[in-house]
Amino acid sequence: MKSREYQQIDPKALPTPTQSPPSHQHQAVGDDGRTPRRKWEVFPGKNRFFCDGRIMMARQSGVFPLTLGLILVTSGLFFIFDCPFLVKHLTSCIPAIGGVLFVFVLITLLQTSFTDPGILPRATPEEAADIERQIDDTGNASYRPPPRTKEVLINQQVIKLKYCFTCKMFRPPRTSHCSLCDNCVERFDHHCPWVGNCVGKRNYRFFYTFIVSLSFLTAFIFGCVTTHLALRAKGGKGLMFALQESPVELAICFFSVWSILGLSGFHTYLVASNLTTNEDIKGSWSGKSGEAVTNPYSHKNIFINCCSVLCVPMPPSLIDRRGFLPADEPAQTSGVDLELPNPSTKSDINVVGGSSHLVLDLQKSSADFSLFLNQTKPAALPA
Amino acid sequence: MAETHSLQDLQQPAVSSKVFVQRDYSSGTICKFQTKFPSELESRMDKQQFEETMQSLNNLYAEAEKLGGKSYLEGCLACLTAYTIFLCMETHYEKVLKKIAKYIKDQNEKIYAPRGLLLTDPIERGLRVVEITIFEDRSIGSGR
Repeated sequence: MKSREYQQIDPKALPTPTQSPPSHQHQAVGDDGRTPRRKWEVFPGKNRFFCDGRIMMARQSGVFPLTLGLILVTSGLFFIFDCPFLVKHLTSCIPAIGGVLFVFVLITLLQTSFTDPGILPRATPEEAADIERQIDDTGNASYRPPPRTKEVLINQQVIKLKYCFTCKMFRPPRTSHCSLCDNCVERFDHHCPWVGNCVGKRNYRFFYTFIVSLSFLTAFIFGCVTTHLALRAKGGKGLMFALQESPVELAICFFSVWSILGLSGFHTYLVASNLTTNEDIKGSWSGKSGEAVTNPYSHKNIFINCCSVLCVPMPPSLIDRRGFLPADEPAQTSGVDLELPNPSTKSDINVVGGSSHLVLDLQKSSADFSLFLNQTKPAALPA
Repeated sequence: MAETHSLQDLQQPAVSSKVFVQRDYSSGTICKFQTKFPSELESRMDKQQFEETMQSLNNLYAEAEKLGGKSYLEGCLACLTAYTIFLCMETHYEKVLKKIAKYIKDQNEKIYAPRGLLLTDPIERGLRVVEITIFEDRSIGSGR
C-alpha cells in the first residue's frame, strides 16, 4: 500500500452554496473553447484513453505490443508456410480452423486490453467527509486518519474491508487497489502486463476466453507445424532439413504452449472455485492463519461457480468516461489534491463527479411541477 | 421585498446536508444498499416509505445481477461470438439500470421532492452509496 500523507477533509470547506456573488461559471471546456469536456479527460487514475474515451488501457502498456506481435507473427508464418502444404497433403479445414481460432484470440485480446476492468470511481469529497465523520463520532478534535479496516459478515464469515487512502472509501469485498493503474478495481484478479491492463470483474471473462483460445491456437499451430515437418521429413530430405525451414514458429509455439496451457489450467481452477488470483496468492481462504476459513463467495458447486464468473450479466462501467463534465465542475485530480468547486449562482449541488443540476422551488405550489426537477444527466449510460 | 426573496430562493435552494446510505455486503458482493432509516431524515419523511424505496431499489439491482436461464443463454451466446454482441446489443444489466433511473425519477417526483429531498441515482456515485440531498426547508409557516 502506498504510504501517502493522509489529508483530512474539512467539512467546513465543502461547498454549500448560499448567497454568492454571480461569478462567471467555470466552464469545463476543451481546447477550442466550445466543446464541453468529457469525464475521461479528467480521470484521476493512471490510464490512457483512445477514441474519445471509448477505449482505455493502463498507462504502462507493458508488453502488450509484444503479445500482439508474437500472435500475429506466429499466425502469419503458419498461414503463409504451413497451410499451403497441409491443404495440399491433408485437408482444407486446417486454415479454416486456424482462421477461426486466430480471429477469436485477437478479438478477446483486444477486448481484455481495451475494456474497463471494473474500476471504482473515487469517492466524492462529501462522501469521504461523511465516512470520516461517522468514524470519528466521539467528536475528537485531534486529527487522525480513519481506521484501516471495517468488518462485515458475509455468509457467516467475518471479512475485513480495508480503507483505501487514495480513493477515500472502504473498499468493497474482493476489491483491490492496483498501484500500477492507481485505481480500485472490483474483483481484482491481477494486473497483466501481457495485455497491458488490469484483469477484474468486467474483463475477466474476456481474459479467460483469451487464454483458453490462445492455448487452443498455439496447440493447433504446434500440431500443424509438427505434422508438416513429419510429412516433409518422410518425403525425402530428412528431418534436419525440414526443421531449418520453420524454426521460428516451432520455437515460439513450443515455449508458449506449455506456459499458456498451464495458465489456462490455473485459471480454470480459479473459475471453478470462484477465486481470484489475488486471493489465491495471498491465501485468503486457505486457512493459513489457522482458522477454519472457506471462500464465502463460492457456491460450493463447480457449475454454478463457473456460471457466476463467466455468465453473470455484464456489469456496467462505473466510471462513465464518455459523460460530459457539468460546466461548473472543476477537474477531479488526484485523491490527495482536493479542488473545491467554485460556488455559482446556478448550481446548487457542487458535487465533484456528480451531474445533477437541480432547481427546486419549495415555495411554489405543487402545481408547478414543471419547474421543480430539471436534471441534466450524462448523455448515455456508461458502456 | 418578498418577491425578490422568493426569486432568489428559486435560483438558490440551499443544500442543507447530504446523507449517504452505504452498501450492505452481508449477502456478498451483489449490489444491495442498507435499508436502515437514517436519523437525519426523521423530521422529513416516514421510515416505512424510505424502507420501501430502498427495498425496491435492492430488488431491482438483484434482478439486474440475477443468475438465471436467460443470463446463461446470453453468456454462452456472447462467448461463442467472442463477446462481440456486447458491442451491438444492450445488456440485461443496462436495461435494468434504465428501469432504476426511471424509478428513482418517479420517487423523486412523487415522494422526495415535495419533502425537500433528492435521491441521486447510485450509478452516478459508482454504485457505492445512495446519496440523499436535504434542502433547507424554505416553506413559510412550516413550523419547524
